[in-house]
Amino acid sequence: MAIEILPADPPPPKSSPLADLHAALGARMGPFAGWMLPIQYAGILAEHAACRTSAALFDVSHMGQVTFSGPAAALERLVVGDIAGLRPGRQRYTLLTNEAGGIVDDLMVANLDGRLHLVVNAARTEHDLRRLAQHLPAGAEAALEPDRALLALQGPAAVTVLARLAAEVAAMRFMEVARVALAGTVCVVARSGYTGEDGFEISLPGHDAERIARLLLDNPEVSPAGLGARDLLRLEAGLPLYGLDIDDVTTPVEAGLTWTIGKRRRMDWDFLGAMAIRDQIDNGAPRLRVGLHLEGRAPARAGASLAAPDGTDAGTVTSGTFSPALGRPIAMAYVRRDLAEDGTELSALLRGRPVGARVVPLPFVPHHYPR
Amino acid sequence: MPQTRFTRDHEWLRLNDDGTAAVGITAHAQAQLGDIVFIELPEPGREVAAGEACAVVESVKAAADVFAPLAGRVVEVNPALADDPALVNRAAETDGWFFRIKLAEPAAFATLMNADDYAAFRDSGS
Repeated sequence: MAIEILPADPPPPKSSPLADLHAALGARMGPFAGWMLPIQYAGILAEHAACRTSAALFDVSHMGQVTFSGPAAALERLVVGDIAGLRPGRQRYTLLTNEAGGIVDDLMVANLDGRLHLVVNAARTEHDLRRLAQHLPAGAEAALEPDRALLALQGPAAVTVLARLAAEVAAMRFMEVARVALAGTVCVVARSGYTGEDGFEISLPGHDAERIARLLLDNPEVSPAGLGARDLLRLEAGLPLYGLDIDDVTTPVEAGLTWTIGKRRRMDWDFLGAMAIRDQIDNGAPRLRVGLHLEGRAPARAGASLAAPDGTDAGTVTSGTFSPALGRPIAMAYVRRDLAEDGTELSALLRGRPVGARVVPLPFVPHHYPR
Repeated sequence: MPQTRFTRDHEWLRLNDDGTAAVGITAHAQAQLGDIVFIELPEPGREVAAGEACAVVESVKAAADVFAPLAGRVVEVNPALADDPALVNRAAETDGWFFRIKLAEPAAFATLMNADDYAAFRDSGS
């Protein structure tokens, strides 16, 4: 048996402030995006179930936490979202774009007491910082916050658990962000996540991360969960993963992320790549990101090719797995625009054999965000 | 008591009196793969060469080829795996067998690792 778990990166991997805790919890570690990270603890299916039915704690300290200083308008040149209109205490999902309208990264931008904080993908952090340095005008600057950890507490019981440490989090709305003291440590807490469930993302000093993580894990509702479960959960929730489902040659329109372009931004079209993106909004994109249900039990993995009923090339799978919630294989793919309608029957080539694949709406599993 | 041998690909082979051998993956291999969701098995009757990829295991995090440990003809596949691939997680080296082959050269069985050699090989981190 040739076992390939996850692709390895060449330089020595960085380790999270929670590395000792992962070892104590018996995590199976693996390299991801230049970091050594927990892939699983009890097992991916058990961790998935914990997150969908109770609560799961993820260490996502590999994500880049960046402080932005300067006027919001300076950042708006580089992203598609309405940042100037982001009120204090609010967070927004947005995209960094390039001149051709491709997605450089997807990220969260939070307005905390008038200062902007960005959370970017681990594998894109250095690239994003270089790009920001190149394009930001004098007087604006983006800097990595050193020695920060990031925890994600996700699942229907997350609010009950976190409220035991800080009652005020129960009143937070979805995508609200606030400074919250947890057991004496001032954290930046956002009500958001990457699982489709209710939950919180907690940014805190690295040296306090293990103590707070252990406090959260002491609650009977909470199970530690790794990157394997996180990937399964985000796929079921229809959320794209940078590097697989979106990259610098896919546009927000192709990716189904046109909604991230702020209303005000659609009047001025003054962000990088705006003309190319506007052209696709007006005239249609050549391909679109869709969800697929596959027949049988074999998952389609990234790179599997798709064929139309007439045998012509339909597109390519960008990520896929077996959904425990649905009991069937699911995948995200880019397909030709004329084949992107829900219900379109395609076939996926799995190890040389065609398998039925039907276009279905995203998300695969309904979101349970607080309202 | 049937004899069991092991391969460097973390598979096991159990020789029956009739010259057929059941093939599966080791407990170590299933633990590395994690939760198994699908297994593709060879067609009965297929002639396989030693080292030929003839089955696929899909877990929630990875896909892995399973190779024929020795040359032979596939005579039976485990019917339980179609509906319950996680049986391999629960009983990798017993009920979770993949297929049986009629060995082309039964003498080749003895060239594979015994349990002690396999344990040493596995623990060396290969």
